[in-house]
Amino acid sequence: MSQTASAEVHAEAHDHAHGHATPTPPGFVPHHVAHHFKTWEQEFQSGKLGFWLFLATEILLFGGLFAAYIYYHGIYPETFAVCGSLLSWKLGALNTCVLLLSSWTMAMAVRAAQLSQRKACFNWLMITVACGAVFMVVKYFEYSAKIEHGTLPTAWFHPHGEEAALLATVPHPSMFFSIYFTMTGIHGLHVLIGMIVISWYAVGVAKGRYHSGHYLPIDLVGLYWHIVDIIWIFLFPLLYLVP
Amino acid sequence: MTATAVDAPTPSETNYLNIKSGFWSWAATLDHKRIGMMYLIGTSLAFLVGGLFALLVRTHLWNHTGALFDPATYNQVFTLHGVFMVFVFIIPAIPAALGNMALPGMLGAPDVALPRLNLASFYLWLVGTVFIIVSLVAGGVDTGWTFYTPYSAQSATPVIAVGLGVFILGFSSIFTGLNFIVTVHKMRAPGMTWFRMPLFVWAVYATALLQVLATPVLGITLLLLVFERLYQIGVFLPEFGGDPILFQHFFWFYSHPAVYIMILPAMGVISEVISVHARKPVFGYRMIAFSSLAIAIISFLVWGHHMFTSGESEFAMMAFSFLTFFVGIPSAIKEFNWVATIWKGSIALSAPMLYAIAFLIIFAIGGLTGIFLASLSLNIHLHDTYYVVAHFHYVMMGSTAVAFFAGLHHWWPKFTGRMYSEKWAKVAAVLVFIGFNATFLPQFIMGSEGMPRRYATYLEKWTELHRASTVGAYILASGVALMIVYFVHSLIAGEKAKANQWGAVTLEWASSSPPPLYNFDKDPIVTREVYDYSVPSQAEGYRA
Repeated sequence: MSQTASAEVHAEAHDHAHGHATPTPPGFVPHHVAHHFKTWEQEFQSGKLGFWLFLATEILLFGGLFAAYIYYHGIYPETFAVCGSLLSWKLGALNTCVLLLSSWTMAMAVRAAQLSQRKACFNWLMITVACGAVFMVVKYFEYSAKIEHGTLPTAWFHPHGEEAALLATVPHPSMFFSIYFTMTGIHGLHVLIGMIVISWYAVGVAKGRYHSGHYLPIDLVGLYWHIVDIIWIFLFPLLYLVP
Repeated sequence: MTATAVDAPTPSETNYLNIKSGFWSWAATLDHKRIGMMYLIGTSLAFLVGGLFALLVRTHLWNHTGALFDPATYNQVFTLHGVFMVFVFIIPAIPAALGNMALPGMLGAPDVALPRLNLASFYLWLVGTVFIIVSLVAGGVDTGWTFYTPYSAQSATPVIAVGLGVFILGFSSIFTGLNFIVTVHKMRAPGMTWFRMPLFVWAVYATALLQVLATPVLGITLLLLVFERLYQIGVFLPEFGGDPILFQHFFWFYSHPAVYIMILPAMGVISEVISVHARKPVFGYRMIAFSSLAIAIISFLVWGHHMFTSGESEFAMMAFSFLTFFVGIPSAIKEFNWVATIWKGSIALSAPMLYAIAFLIIFAIGGLTGIFLASLSLNIHLHDTYYVVAHFHYVMMGSTAVAFFAGLHHWWPKFTGRMYSEKWAKVAAVLVFIGFNATFLPQFIMGSEGMPRRYATYLEKWTELHRASTVGAYILASGVALMIVYFVHSLIAGEKAKANQWGAVTLEWASSSPPPLYNFDKDPIVTREVYDYSVPSQAEGYRA
């Protein structure tokens, strides 16, 4: 606790105990309930509710992008059909499978944390991070291909080869690639952040900080990872299949 | 004020202000009252900066040819006025400053649910504000606070810095709102049922819903604007197949609810102040509580009324017009219930009450002129005129900022432990009321005659009205200056405040002034209904 001094003062002022430890299995680091909470449940539920609200803001943030996608898909259906066909649905499908797999491994990590299985939890988290890395590598190859063909957002849009002729047949082809790069870019950033945060908590798991008496952070980072997964579940068909 | 000191709890020897000292005890504090105090100082400074820009605008308009600036500079000055007032001052002022200080105590809680997030929110506010100050030093933005495309994508001024600044301020606002929702759900003291919560809590709760659910859309909009400038994604630019109107839809999808992020907590302050200073339970408590939620919900469905002249389908315009009329109903419910609360009360004309009464008058005008603007045919004539400027200043400055002053005077003795000069406070309240109306009533007249907003020059026939408005602005400023003087004096030499200065019955007053670090020496248990003045001592409102 960063506020030890104030916590001491608090303990003097109050006759009942605050900051008590939750039940800790042997060999794990005990967790002390934050001073302003009365019970472990109150702390747990506050964290959960707060995090669900945060996830709602993520949905709304992407909601703006989805609204832009739907609007321009309605105005330029041919553009989206032609440009979407230039994306590799096979790579997209591969990434979808990778992320779905990682959601399962993440769920297993949360379960292992609840059961105080330190080693299993660490392994499941690292497999999840590895899946995230595979996703990013596949994304890197997809982006490289686009950069090579010049099918980029408007400022750098300079298609060449046979694709240029195809794109010349539809209005404002750069619009599709602007939306594609913005949506997948912001999503990819979320994947990267998720990988970093999961790795951070994997270190904590190895040190024995998370166990049946305190698994909230693993639970929350799991929720985050699932929302990143779900957003991709919508991005994949909209960008790769629907056109 | 009746027998309150008798049963007041024995004052703690330490309080949240003197328990620790030094820079880091503030910079790294997790105490909601200290964070609220830092927010209060920060947002008040922002208000003074925004006010300075307002005075520059009004001084410039003394002559019909423009007295101070060239038109390009004028654009930057009114933009900075808007950006500072809206994003840096009003949106955080009541929830993050007054709300942070008062809300946990009102619930009988020792702190907000997520104190670290609370501190993070403050630092995000600071960083966002620094971005905006950087843009100011770099020359100032000239797009207006609304950043409409396509101009904002082309302007030579530092739009990216301001866009990112507002983006970051948005996250600060989200964190505050998220924290308050969790606090209200999870931190209420035993016996503090939903319908025993003070109305300020209901109002801040409804505000928090808007902060969490609307602000992310502004975030992505400004991010898209930044991308537009960085690599022309084209979604808002017609030359690349984009649609500038889409920006307006995105922007107002946030910024209309944002208007209610500003006014809802102000309404909450007024409910508290009127009840305490008229010494009567709030009339129609549940109706006021539910009307806050109703306003929050309906406010998501009215954004299209900002675009009646931008190109919308007739059906959409009719729907938005109807819904805008509709949002007047819960607002009117509040207004009538406040008046009914004052009726036959033991009215104390203290400074907070004077501001609350000013609010009732000004909000009635601000609200009713909004109804005029919601009518489609009239809107075509009044759109983007000074009528609109006057209308939203009646709501934002005249209602929200005046309610902020009411709350500031109401809770000042509680959270500083000092009283201010009541005599001078009343003088300042009168100056603010007169100055405000003198500034903006002429603008209604000019607007209805066709004076367009944001113009650096105007037709000579409006010289008198513009000058009246400018004089009003200086009267208003003198009221604020007086406020600064007696507040500073109060901090240095003010007499010690009582634990329960006004004889209030809400829980934040059930501790010493200033309150101890965790608000209560013993955790309160609520046993009585809210606003129950039937027992002379509030200390019997709960048992320890």
